[in-house]
Amino acid sequence: MKQSILALGIAATAALALPAAAQERIKLVNVVELSGAGATAGTNWKNGIDLAVADINARGGILGRQIEIVHYDTQTNPGNTRAAVQRAIDEGTYAVLGPVFSGPIGASMQIAQRAEIAQIVGGEAAGLTRQGNQYLFRTSLSQSAAMPKIAAYLKNTVKASSVAVVWVNNDFGKGGRDAILPELQKAGIRVAADISTEQGQADFAADAIKVKNANADAVFVYLNEEESARFLRAAKQQGVDKPMVGETTLLGAKVIELAGDAANGVRGHVGLSIDAPVPAFQEFGRKFQARFNYASDHNGLKGYMAVAMIKWATEKQKKFDKKGLADTLRGATITPAEEPGIMITTKVETNGDLDRESYLAEVENGKQIIKATLPMINP
Amino acid sequence: MAEFLAYLIAGLATGAIYALAAIGFTLVWQTSQMINFAQGEFVMLPAILILAAVKLAGLPVWAAAILGIAAFIALFGWGFKLVIVDPMIRHGVLPLAIATMALSIIMKEGAKDGFTAEAQRFPSLVPQETVSFLGISISLQHIAIIIVACLAIGTLQWFVTRTKTGRQMQASAQNPNVALILGIPVAQMVMLTFLINAALAALASILISPIYLAKFSNGEVIGLFAFIAAIVGGFNQVRGALAGGLIVGVIDSLAAAYISTSYRLAVPLVLLVVIILIKPEGLFGRKEERGV
Amino acid sequence: MNTSRFDAVFATLVLGAVILWFAPAGMGRYGTYVLSLWLVTAVAVMGLNLTLGIAGLKSLAQAAFMGIGAYATALLTTKAGIGWLPAFAISGALCFAVGLLLGFPALRVKAHYLAFVTLAFSTLVWLVLRNEQWLTGGVFGISNIPRPMIFGIKTDNALPFHRFVVVVTLLLALVLWWLVRSPWGRAFLALRENPVRAASLGVNIRAYTLLAFAIGSAYAGFAGALYAPLVEFIDPSPFQLSASFFLLLMVVAGGSGYQLGPFVGALLGVVLPEWLRFTGGLYLIIFAAIVIGLLIACPQGVLGLLERGWIAVRRRPVGSNPPIKETV
Repeated sequence: MKQSILALGIAATAALALPAAAQERIKLVNVVELSGAGATAGTNWKNGIDLAVADINARGGILGRQIEIVHYDTQTNPGNTRAAVQRAIDEGTYAVLGPVFSGPIGASMQIAQRAEIAQIVGGEAAGLTRQGNQYLFRTSLSQSAAMPKIAAYLKNTVKASSVAVVWVNNDFGKGGRDAILPELQKAGIRVAADISTEQGQADFAADAIKVKNANADAVFVYLNEEESARFLRAAKQQGVDKPMVGETTLLGAKVIELAGDAANGVRGHVGLSIDAPVPAFQEFGRKFQARFNYASDHNGLKGYMAVAMIKWATEKQKKFDKKGLADTLRGATITPAEEPGIMITTKVETNGDLDRESYLAEVENGKQIIKATLPMINP
Repeated sequence: MAEFLAYLIAGLATGAIYALAAIGFTLVWQTSQMINFAQGEFVMLPAILILAAVKLAGLPVWAAAILGIAAFIALFGWGFKLVIVDPMIRHGVLPLAIATMALSIIMKEGAKDGFTAEAQRFPSLVPQETVSFLGISISLQHIAIIIVACLAIGTLQWFVTRTKTGRQMQASAQNPNVALILGIPVAQMVMLTFLINAALAALASILISPIYLAKFSNGEVIGLFAFIAAIVGGFNQVRGALAGGLIVGVIDSLAAAYISTSYRLAVPLVLLVVIILIKPEGLFGRKEERGV
Repeated sequence: MNTSRFDAVFATLVLGAVILWFAPAGMGRYGTYVLSLWLVTAVAVMGLNLTLGIAGLKSLAQAAFMGIGAYATALLTTKAGIGWLPAFAISGALCFAVGLLLGFPALRVKAHYLAFVTLAFSTLVWLVLRNEQWLTGGVFGISNIPRPMIFGIKTDNALPFHRFVVVVTLLLALVLWWLVRSPWGRAFLALRENPVRAASLGVNIRAYTLLAFAIGSAYAGFAGALYAPLVEFIDPSPFQLSASFFLLLMVVAGGSGYQLGPFVGALLGVVLPEWLRFTGGLYLIIFAAIVIGLLIACPQGVLGLLERGWIAVRRRPVGSNPPIKETV
């Protein structure tokens, strides 16, 4: 009786409560932005993970078990992210990978925390690791770690006394802008213009004119990849000739490809880059290019390292214990000698932040050239 | 002053693109009383089709452009009218408007899954140079956009008012029943407006994609602004849509410059609401007698 | 429009609520969450169904109203420390009032201009939510939104909260059911079927259309008041213009004007994507294609299709055993 009326409801139950995967394989679920505003970042992250899983499985898996990877799209929507993270945990994922955007991370991190499962995310917003969540781990430097480096670079290398700040008005850009302004003030650099732009904005002509009229010594550009490229092209069209300084994304492969000539001369700080003077990064870049037929940005590297972090911690604890995974990661220092997939010595702080070397770079003739290596903050 | 002029020219170039999209919008509205919520995606897709023909089929750019535009006009001019509009128009304009919302999702997701989620460079017909004039830099691309768009719209205006086919098209739009009695092939004239709409969208796509980069999500903003432009200028006049597009483009540019960048988008929207409340037929439109 | 059909709707609603009360058993938190999200979305779609399906108005701001409700509830329960129930009432009332303010000038011009005004309103609301960080948390949103305490029972866990959502949804659906049967509702229907005739029968078209829009908006506010504690986090992104479009598609997919249509529409819009996760990114295309297919074949949506099928099978008019039952 109940079944006959509830046909749809029961079907829902059946479809939602999928049986766990075969025992020999270890299940990892990646919850990420494959559509909506975060699609570019999310696709890179996903591809990085796929590459890592293929590499690890080819070398015998983790503790002899092959990884089974599942990707769930969040549509860059917090509600959907939450559903997907809940689903991943209900389906017995060993750890949660993703998402990349900070809003969806904020919406879903309590779920992994409650389930005591490690969640390894691609987000950079400073606030994420300030909430005392013991199960959240980054894969890159946070904005609060990167921005002081930018301010120092602007002051010491670019020798700018005034800066125009162009940022994208989403959680990534706003977070970065809120982190850089106090650092600029500390460094005695005046903010000549503070320009907010939209996510997905196509027309940057007016913003470029505004930057030009601000007549600052340098321009700090903190936008997502495509918007960075559009802005650089618009700035070139409007004849902006001041140094363009950025953080990681502005010097990314995608931006250089899209902006063409306009990217030349762009400089700044790079957290992760396939062009960094680390052979493992360059090797990753080649493998990624070969498999996906385009150049990875830092999100691809982050996805790859996320899986490596899981592998390292599992082999360290010598068992598949979900809570133990988070406990092992917290406060750990992972070196490429122990786990080649991590590529560069990475220190996991107890709050989930990361510390590692980073780079100062410039774009010359369509190539990102590393100019200097910055040490870890707390080695 | 030089600064103002720079904003003005940038705004006019963007506005010319909005005008191209808005004119198609109003043409379709006049003949079918339908609102095409996929208009922005109509501008997004031709560039994607051309790039797909280059990258997936390995065609040279000129051949890909011809093929891509032809395929687009066939699919989204002729096919759109035949497959979506014709079977649905008998149910009324409301389901049709909603169907175009669904169509916009299909176009957007289709471009993303079928081609790529990443933005792509699009070849430009005009060199990416700037000329200096009165102390401001003007991009050749912007000038080209303004000229080409004005030429296209001028040609269209000439066609509609000066040629026999154009006048038949106008008559079919204004009063299909009378037009039918006069022996005008109304069905063909309606089809013609859909083809023109698709052609204008393809033109806008080719003009704007070198600057905006080709990406599946580009239609969202263009669609919204074309919509605002059409209402502000007047839904039932070609010149209204032209003026509306230029006004909205310039206002957007000036809002970014002199009001607030974080509320930039609000300015054209407030203008839209004000126009609806005080002059619902648009700045340059004429009052509609027909009920909708 | 005979009375027995409305009674069948009533019976289906109550029966559906009883089933949904027990349904999550053995489903896991994820399944329960999706069921709750389905119901919350259905509440917003119900409101839009009144606006669109019954009063024939196209509103492109339903998600924005949902956002107003969600932010009102989130702010009142986190910052002001007010209980959920008053926050819920305030959210609904606020959306009702804003609906009146927005609808009054727009409908004065012409009914279909409401679509244009709501389109602008939708984006303006999103801008305010995003930019006014001191109030709304801006792009960072509001986190740790508490789940309500009802009669001393905490609803922190998935199951109690789901049951709470079931009860609230049932009550809201019953109010709407009553409303449509009331003289007011009959006026709404008369309006949709034949505005000219309705006017000649003394129905004040403008007042009734405005009222329908405001009530529909209030339902979006109620849905938002449920959404905030369900997700426990809100930011401006789920309340964008595209979300309003999506809600509109759900109304049409389910069956615009049918009392149970919102549940079917939200099922297609919320639960179907979860079923279709294995298709990768294709589920949005599948959903949109279903909507277009339905609009071409049967603009009355899934319920219209079922009704048509039922009539074809029975070869006689709909009697005491209506087709709608099978869809819940």
